Amino acid sequence: MTALAAEGVTVALDRAPVLHGVSCAVPGGGWLALLGPNGAGKSTLIRAMAGLVRYTGTVTIDQADTRALRPRERGRMLAYVPQEPVLPPDLTVTQYVMLGRTPHLGYLAVPGRHDRTRAMAAMERLDVARFAERRLARLSGGERQRVVLARALAAEPAVLLLDEPTSMLDVGHEQQVLELVDGLRREAGLTVVSTLHDLTVAGQYADSLVLLDAGRVVAAGSPATVLTAPLIEAVYAARVRVIAGDDGHPVIAPVRRGERDGRLVRPGDLPGSTP
Amino acid sequence: MRKPGALVVAAAVLVAAALVAAFVGAADLNPLATAAALVDKAVPFARLPSSLGPVDRAVLFQIRLPRVVLGALVGGLLALAGAGYQGVFRNPLVDSGMLGASAGAGLGATLAIVYLGGAGPETVPVAAFAGSLAGVAVAYGTGAAAARHTVLGDGVATLLLAGIAVGSFLTAVQTFVLQRSASDIQAVYSWLLGSLSAASWQQVTTIAPYAAVSSVVILLHGRHLDVLAVGDEEARALGMRPGLVRGIVVAASALAAASAVAVSGLIGFVGIVIPHVARRLAGPSYTSVLPLSLLGGGAFLVLADTLARTVLAPAELPIGVVTALVGAPAFVWVLRGTSQVST
Repeated sequence: MTALAAEGVTVALDRAPVLHGVSCAVPGGGWLALLGPNGAGKSTLIRAMAGLVRYTGTVTIDQADTRALRPRERGRMLAYVPQEPVLPPDLTVTQYVMLGRTPHLGYLAVPGRHDRTRAMAAMERLDVARFAERRLARLSGGERQRVVLARALAAEPAVLLLDEPTSMLDVGHEQQVLELVDGLRREAGLTVVSTLHDLTVAGQYADSLVLLDAGRVVAAGSPATVLTAPLIEAVYAARVRVIAGDDGHPVIAPVRRGERDGRLVRPGDLPGSTP
Repeated sequence: MRKPGALVVAAAVLVAAALVAAFVGAADLNPLATAAALVDKAVPFARLPSSLGPVDRAVLFQIRLPRVVLGALVGGLLALAGAGYQGVFRNPLVDSGMLGASAGAGLGATLAIVYLGGAGPETVPVAAFAGSLAGVAVAYGTGAAAARHTVLGDGVATLLLAGIAVGSFLTAVQTFVLQRSASDIQAVYSWLLGSLSAASWQQVTTIAPYAAVSSVVILLHGRHLDVLAVGDEEARALGMRPGLVRGIVVAASALAAASAVAVSGLIGFVGIVIPHVARRLAGPSYTSVLPLSLLGGGAFLVLADTLARTVLAPAELPIGVVTALVGAPAFVWVLRGTSQVST
């Protein structure tokens, strides 16, 4: 099992700073969820971990600096799934999943039987082998997300980097995909880093959370320490109540502004209340 | 490769097209005797008696056959270059003449005709070849430089726009040169419209090395073009270097198109229509689109050239006119098919 750590990662996009010295770590086989409001830098942090943006600081895999890795070596260690993957509409599921074998192929190599076997295993693991010859344009949202995960898995990575893996899914498909990822983590020992927008769901599946705001770490640790009402209200400019769920995980419930008093708890933080 | 069947069919169509082109023409050659003479010549140790007379033999082996072989080479190279560009730019509507290639070749040929003494068989091909490569180099260089400061995503659109700008510039220069030298208009235009009427074995052997190198390089990158289809960022996450692949395939496609243009002039539409047909037949994977385009482009141009030299016999239609007459309606069909895919 492979541990991943970021140390003082700083990123500027178009000269505007997006991340300021962010550090976080996930042990081998762990699930780290990155939380924070829109624009906090979650996706940028994931892309820095995948080596897709220029950053200062270090990202290490089992204490080894990822900068020392050749692109294909990094591709075999880290599988990255963007929030909106590009799905060429006419490609079949099999052809698309086979692209996941790219980091295992030399420059002029042709995919062989072993590559097809690994791709097929990934497709069966995610239950997409049934429609292996279907075109990507003909898939539903849930099927699409499973096919994308199958492509990531076909690379046989040690770490899965998932940017909002469930943002396009309804609650049922969201649970299905997250259970699949959790199963991969438990069975194959995969390490998972994901951004998640749903705080309650993040607390249910991840075993450690990092809360980002404006490119800085505001809080990090177990769900119980990060998912507190004062922290969430301050970072998201929201009004919430945190309830202890039946299984011990915190449940974050949004609270609507009371109609009787009409008074805001944190007037300065609410959109529309600033001049 | 997923569909070897389509490849076998394309190869068979190419051979059939070549045979038809060998039989048909001003000198009426007996098909059976021609086939026998071809087998006698082409297959080692086969000794087939043929009733073809010495004049007919000369027509077949010195006039018709080099033209068929050159047509197959030119068509295959144009279609392959078009498919290569389409993969690099993730756009099925890009042609082998994009990126300043056609405009550069046109300017090179015009300069050679106007200033280097007429449409000679030596200078014009070299000038067109050099002009085509120079056009792509300038377009790609400026486009890549501009892409570093671009707002248009990963720079593919910037490269294409730079190609259009460079092409317009070169065409303007060419038009100006031509306008100053009215006596050369006829020669320049007959070159611009494309023709294989000057085909010779010497032309075939001249472009063969460039054709071989560029075709092999492009054909080896089918898998890379498939990976590029998911975008530069995901391609990089898969351990690929999109910029490197793009540079190699653009260079090889430019070389393929330049060697075709050097011996044939500007022949449009082959680079768009043939890869699209290949995509319809065998799916979007470039591991099958590229070899199918090479074979299909060859067959298409051999047939188009046969039409060009027989329809108005003994006069010849410019082959560029024939490919455009067939290609323009097909292009509309491409556009319709594309909009269906995206909805």
